[in-house]
Amino acid sequence: MDMFLSQMLNGLQLGSIYALVALGYTMVYGIILLLNFAHGDIIMVGAYVSWLVMAQLGLSPVVAVLLSVAACTLVGVLIDKVAYAPLRNAPRLSILITAIGVSYFLENGAQLVFGADAKRVPAFTDLQTIQLGGLSLSFPAVATVLVTIVATVALTLLVQKSKLGKAMRAVSEDMGAARLMGINVNSTISFTFAVGSALAGIGAVLYAMAYTQASPTMGMMLGTKAFVAAVLGGIGSIPGAVVGGLIVGFAEMVVTALGLSVWKDAVVFLLLIIVLVVRPTGIFGRTMSEKV
Amino acid sequence: MCENVSRRQFLQASALAMAGLGLAGCGNGGTEGGDATEIKVGILGPHTGDNSSYGLACKNGAQLYFDQLNADGGINGKQVTTFVYDDKGDATEAVNAYNSLVQNDGVTAIVGAVLTVPSIAVAKASVADNMPCVTPSATAADVVTFGDNTFRTCVTDPVQGVVMADFAAEQGYKNVATLYKTGDDYNEGVNAAFCEEAEAKGITITSQQSYSDGDVDFNTQLTAIIATNPDAILLPNYYQEDGMIVTQARQQGYDKVFLGVDGWSGIYGGPENYADAADLHDCYYCCAFSVSNETEVSKAFTEDYQEAYGEAPTNFCALGYDAAMTVAAGLTAAEEAGLEAGSEDYKQAVIDGIASATVEGVTGTISYDGTGDPVKSSLILTFAEDGSEKTFDIIEA
Repeated sequence: MDMFLSQMLNGLQLGSIYALVALGYTMVYGIILLLNFAHGDIIMVGAYVSWLVMAQLGLSPVVAVLLSVAACTLVGVLIDKVAYAPLRNAPRLSILITAIGVSYFLENGAQLVFGADAKRVPAFTDLQTIQLGGLSLSFPAVATVLVTIVATVALTLLVQKSKLGKAMRAVSEDMGAARLMGINVNSTISFTFAVGSALAGIGAVLYAMAYTQASPTMGMMLGTKAFVAAVLGGIGSIPGAVVGGLIVGFAEMVVTALGLSVWKDAVVFLLLIIVLVVRPTGIFGRTMSEKV
Repeated sequence: MCENVSRRQFLQASALAMAGLGLAGCGNGGTEGGDATEIKVGILGPHTGDNSSYGLACKNGAQLYFDQLNADGGINGKQVTTFVYDDKGDATEAVNAYNSLVQNDGVTAIVGAVLTVPSIAVAKASVADNMPCVTPSATAADVVTFGDNTFRTCVTDPVQGVVMADFAAEQGYKNVATLYKTGDDYNEGVNAAFCEEAEAKGITITSQQSYSDGDVDFNTQLTAIIATNPDAILLPNYYQEDGMIVTQARQQGYDKVFLGVDGWSGIYGGPENYADAADLHDCYYCCAFSVSNETEVSKAFTEDYQEAYGEAPTNFCALGYDAAMTVAAGLTAAEEAGLEAGSEDYKQAVIDGIASATVEGVTGTISYDGTGDPVKSSLILTFAEDGSEKTFDIIEA
């Protein structure tokens, strides 16, 4: 029973990080129909900032958390301004290829600046283990799950209740009409990138807390899995990203717990193929009919 | 086009070979002319590229030994001249370098190669020449199996597994679990040997979990392992992953023992600390050399190395030093027999000299019992409270 609960927590922890990253994918796709392949690498930037602040500058973990989230937000918005905004009216393929280019730029840039070796991010807290009854729970796991719940609720409120959220929904519904109704489309898109990247920043801190290392290519597999999660849940849908992330996390946990860890990645991508064949719009996706 | 290039390459190769012959001729002439004041030794390893840190460490160690030997008057009154080649960690480069060492430089013995794959390539190439080769660090079983002319100064992966299983039995651990990386010779070799020896010693292997290259989340495997309540967990991988696993296990509340092998060196106190000192309690791993093992030989070596290169020696520096010492033992035997350098008899005398030598190296006493694998002791290291490594025990061979 203890083992079952611990494994559930492991699955939740993995799934939560995928969910946080998937949210960024899904929001950007929802608004400008772009698969932002550089999104996973923003996590890498956040992890390196945590390392720089704590290991190199010796500042407190609180500063590290704030600066990591701030840096990710800034990088996300900058990427949009520099690489994607000039291509707003270009064919979708051009901007997709640009996203791949940005991803490689970030990875190789990090390798150039920090070297290919992994850097160790120091512990954020002295508290590593929580004792609950007879159960020893890992503090990063518990923190990851709680923070993800809070972030998801906050994001839902932001999108559903706030004026900016209304603007985001309007732009994603119909960019031209939104512009005609007096919505500043460019600043709304920037805001979307900022929110998505801030979530990636939170994900980066939680990742660094649990896995304690930053390396140039860490965002690659993480981004790909989160992309699978977003498609699984229905790309463009916020609850879909969270559910998709949790499904991917649990799938990995179950496969590994069965002693088949080698098949873990294969199972995740098999899930993607099944969803694409059976329900191409994903679990929460809507079928959009093209108007003539 | 293709034809052209290959012809050009052929011509270049022949030109090189002829130049080599010419040089070899000069060398011989020189010897006869009384220029027999030097003994030529090759040093081969990756000095640039991904694994250059290993190659440079071995080279520095070997060079230090030959420098000291020369300062003491050399072998039989002759100075040792070293020819250093970079194999970039690549098998083809290593064979090219080997050919150049033999044909152009006319070496009589080689320290190298350093990594497993180039070492195997060099071993295969060297059999036909019966060229004495001593690798400081290639641990795969194959490396010394191609001919009697190849030796190593490190112990193999399986031997490390056996050493740690014996240690576990000695410490009285009844239940041990393992967590290793699949698709990796080092991990799988150590793991298999450990499990076999441990079970032979009456230890129960409660769980064998695995992960793939690039994984960072080991929580699921660790939960499954901790549920079997082991006294110790074996992590037969390199320090980056070992550090992550130790951290995650301590986060899950596992406070018992970890066992490791020489891939652990560098987990703490190097350029980067891969685990917190507080999490490294009750961790034991085997290794050839540690500055914390303050025997007279290793203390003197540490001081000399520090003086020569301005940094503390690592495991690989010590293995390079011992490989050079082993080569020198063979050369001494051949020189004492009064044979002509470069002749078949000379090379065979060097090989026989190494095979029958007992070398008091900085990584322990090294001898060979009919194979190229050394019979030598292993250090068991652990961590002090501040994370610095500490010698816990010495396991005799």
